[in-house]
Amino acid sequence: MATVQSDRLFGKSIKRREDPRFVTGRGTYVDDVKLPGTTYAAFVRSPHAHARIRTIDTAEAKRHPGVVAVFTGADMTGVNSLPCGWDLRQSKNIPGVVQDLAMVPHMPLTSDVARHVGDPVAVVIADSRDAATDAAEKVKVDWEVLPSVTATDKATAPGAARVHDAAPDNIAFKWELGGGDVDGAFKKADVVVKKRIVNQRLVANAMEPRACLARFDEATGELTLWVTSQNPHVHRLLMCAFVLGIPEHKVRVIAPDVGGGFGSKIFLYNEEVVCSWATRQLKRPVRWTSTRREAYLTDAHGRDHVTDAELALAKDGTMLGLRVKTTANLGAYLSTFAPAVPTFLYGTLLNGVYQIGAINCQVTGVFTNTTAVDAYRGAGRPEACYVLERIVEAGARALKMDVAEIRKKNFIPKFSGAFQTLVAVSYDSGDYGAALDKLLQMFDYKKFRAEQEAARKQGRLLGIGFSTYIEACSIAPSKVVGALGAGAGLYESGKVRVHPTGMVSVYTGSHSHGQGHETTFAQLVADELQIPIEQVEIIHGDTGQIPFGMGTYGSRSASVGGTAILMSINKIKEKGKRIAAHLLEASPKDIDYVNGSFQVKGVPDKAVPFGAVSLTAYVPHNYPDGLEPGLEETSFYDPSNFCFPFGAHACVVEVERDTGAVKLLRYLAVDDVGNVINPMIVDGMVHGGIAQGIGQALWEGAVYDVQSGQLMTGTMSDYALPKADLLPMYETGRTVTPTPVNPLGIKGAGETGTIAATPCVVNAVVDALAGLGVDHIEAMPLTTERVWQTIQAATAKR
Amino acid sequence: MYPAAFEYHTPGSVREALSLLGKLGDDAKLLAGGHSLIPMMKLRLAQPKHVIDLRRVPGLAGIKDDKGTIVIGAMTTHWQVESSPVLREKCPIVSDTAGVIGDPAVRNVGTIGGSLAHADPAADMPATAIAAGFEFVCEGAKGRRTVKADDWFKGLMSTAVGDDEILVEIRVPAWAAGSGGAYLKFPHPASRFAVVGAAAMVTLDGTGVCTKASVGITGAGTKAVRAKGVEAGLTGQTLDQATIEVAAQKAAEGVDVQADLQGSVEYKSHLCRVFARRAIEAAVKRAKG
Repeated sequence: MATVQSDRLFGKSIKRREDPRFVTGRGTYVDDVKLPGTTYAAFVRSPHAHARIRTIDTAEAKRHPGVVAVFTGADMTGVNSLPCGWDLRQSKNIPGVVQDLAMVPHMPLTSDVARHVGDPVAVVIADSRDAATDAAEKVKVDWEVLPSVTATDKATAPGAARVHDAAPDNIAFKWELGGGDVDGAFKKADVVVKKRIVNQRLVANAMEPRACLARFDEATGELTLWVTSQNPHVHRLLMCAFVLGIPEHKVRVIAPDVGGGFGSKIFLYNEEVVCSWATRQLKRPVRWTSTRREAYLTDAHGRDHVTDAELALAKDGTMLGLRVKTTANLGAYLSTFAPAVPTFLYGTLLNGVYQIGAINCQVTGVFTNTTAVDAYRGAGRPEACYVLERIVEAGARALKMDVAEIRKKNFIPKFSGAFQTLVAVSYDSGDYGAALDKLLQMFDYKKFRAEQEAARKQGRLLGIGFSTYIEACSIAPSKVVGALGAGAGLYESGKVRVHPTGMVSVYTGSHSHGQGHETTFAQLVADELQIPIEQVEIIHGDTGQIPFGMGTYGSRSASVGGTAILMSINKIKEKGKRIAAHLLEASPKDIDYVNGSFQVKGVPDKAVPFGAVSLTAYVPHNYPDGLEPGLEETSFYDPSNFCFPFGAHACVVEVERDTGAVKLLRYLAVDDVGNVINPMIVDGMVHGGIAQGIGQALWEGAVYDVQSGQLMTGTMSDYALPKADLLPMYETGRTVTPTPVNPLGIKGAGETGTIAATPCVVNAVVDALAGLGVDHIEAMPLTTERVWQTIQAATAKR
Repeated sequence: MYPAAFEYHTPGSVREALSLLGKLGDDAKLLAGGHSLIPMMKLRLAQPKHVIDLRRVPGLAGIKDDKGTIVIGAMTTHWQVESSPVLREKCPIVSDTAGVIGDPAVRNVGTIGGSLAHADPAADMPATAIAAGFEFVCEGAKGRRTVKADDWFKGLMSTAVGDDEILVEIRVPAWAAGSGGAYLKFPHPASRFAVVGAAAMVTLDGTGVCTKASVGITGAGTKAVRAKGVEAGLTGQTLDQATIEVAAQKAAEGVDVQADLQGSVEYKSHLCRVFARRAIEAAVKRAKG
């Protein structure tokens, strides 16, 4: 589709309609939902990274005043393991599987062995939160502490502690993907660069911690679960069909206002299952709200890869071949979509924006005594981009080529329709050179290189970094992901209910937990129907109201969820034309929808407004024969392909020689996310994503103590999140290459910044130190000491 | 993140607080601004059975000039210290240090006495307490006694205050003419406590020679300490860049530097030297006006 016109509501930066509610403290989050008779759950968690449970003594806790019940795993008979929704097995014909996924059990309350600090072993339920918390300290667990393993690169070492009996070497799976003659490429290479590239473990840190409130209504047999979820239907399906074995139609899952997720609220967690089970036992509502400490220990973590990457280059900078061997830490258990992240969301992105002669990617997933790892903003794609953008820069340095030039030389030329990569996926449309050209222009690159040189002569360490990225969004064609091991389809639902007065309620399977759907989807609908936006209401997050939907992650809401809504709008218009044609005594095929009215083509006087048609639909006195009354349509949209946003980022840093501190002086981003419904909201997503990406490069990182397996960064005063005063004003731009995949031309914008910013900043720091002979820094975050030690080592060598 | 149950006491005088403290002993904790104690209680790292809140004790907050000595009540907030015209004029390093503690929310409630009695090894004010020569006035059943800054910090979160005493005021000598001081820190990326902080005060005579130098180091070790080697390298010298650089090399001497996630012993020792140098340079600049 063509680029959108500027006079439409689609494409306007209107303010977010939900914000007054949020910024005045009037949102309704899970913890705000109050029910009479509510009980409070407190979990007893393992203080050890790895320990066998000899006995659990709950007697004293049960006697604590206010305690209603204490349960352990032994009490939860008939309850199954939390499911893993992605199956990597050769017998299922999943491509690339070298060693089958070890489907290890993950019980809601572990009864035999605790496998990470924070692993829940019992729950205390009481009349008050205080009573539950106090009594939980009185549950006595007799632990047999076992040796633990937490480090990614030590998980499979001989003698490493075994996390699961079903995975003897701690290997969860082995997987491989690629194409072309890789060995041949390396044989004919003029230069080969080889680097170890570590992508550290991150904690999502949504502003609202996870929470749930489960209520079983004995009279109706219905269970309602309020939960911090990015995908309430997925929660319901997994809990009903796999874990608790209760009828899906008797369960309603509501994800009300949710304060951020970054992926961590996609998954089904122990606490939600335990509370849903317990309310059926106790016939009273059961609530749990995570503390921040629990969030650090139990929310799924992100990233945690150790990679050896090799790039084969010709003298002129042509990329001949790429070899990538990655060990991906999955933590102690298989989280809901964990196996997909370091495989099909990672290996498939290693072609990047480049024409590469041959690619081979081998991934080993490993279990360790750490919190489970799953999708975190970007999920696999940031890891792929990081490997590629770091090794490309290393290649440029080895060839003494300009880092922008080597990228330009290897870009896939502009195309629309299909570019088949060597790693399974086929790109939808792209113009990668245009994004970089625009960035270089905004940057005034050549001038800045001169400034850098001048600064170097004064002894200052100034560095410039780039990253040119691609990502796969608009997740995902169901058949494709099914063939790759997904246990679910990845379509989206959109229902449009036009009320008799012409007011419109839209029910979307997408879920907003910060994205602004109540604004963007309303813009889309108001724009299509050409009615005031005030007439449009967006409803989401309630399985009792919305058709089965898959939720929000993978930058899919606007492209997949939006298209489903558009399909329903189109059906509404088609039906409206039939009603209007009847009223206007014309043929439906002669009716156009113009300016909020159905009119006879070319005859503006012969028109019926939208509201008159909706009223007629519900008061069908003068009505076409054989046409159903009412004006309500439901659609499910299953995309034919992923969409592939791309862009180019650059930044300038200064490194302080004395301390190793890195200061960001400029940050520039040119992103191409296809068409944009609300540029201000997309800018916000880009800004937030960049901050998160910079956070990974410079500050964030979950650190486990090697000996004890304790999480050393388990509070906000230890785990360093990005802060506003450490970030520069971003300079952002956009190119627009609409996708041909969906009728809206939207690619997806939620994760671009997170993907692009991390390598961009690390590249800049390496560039700043290049004058000292530094060409690589292996691990992130680039703490001040890491940078300082790098300077010390480089200076000592000279 | 919910504290265990405790009894809450609100004495109306120091005498009453002391009596409670005497009666309750080890089971009691004194509450000042609460910015250290309450987080520890929420994490249940501290579970006192009794909390004695000093906030309703009259006369413990405020800043006054007592014949050349500035007297700061223990319950004076960091913000009051930061914004005090008396301190700004007579010993500005104290206000400057208070101004980099935590964030405005912390500074509005947290108190100088609470912080100095808690003696977090990464707190900012301890370095300045040493450099500026604070005196700590403790009150007990038998009356008041005064402890010098050098004798105040005993170890990790441990001070000279007795179990049956309350820190009631801090006495700060006013600057001599020709003095300058500065506190500079390398902030923890998450908490912004001092990974390393250095406070320096120098007094220069009319010819630019340093007649007195006083340097305190916080953050790196288990407690704030005086950098005696640095002081010796500055006293009696003309403080040019080279002299400062050489003197600052001794900044980590006497510091029991602790390795942690923010740095190895090597790196933190290096930071002691860097921040001592920077603080001295800034102090000299200010002393020269």
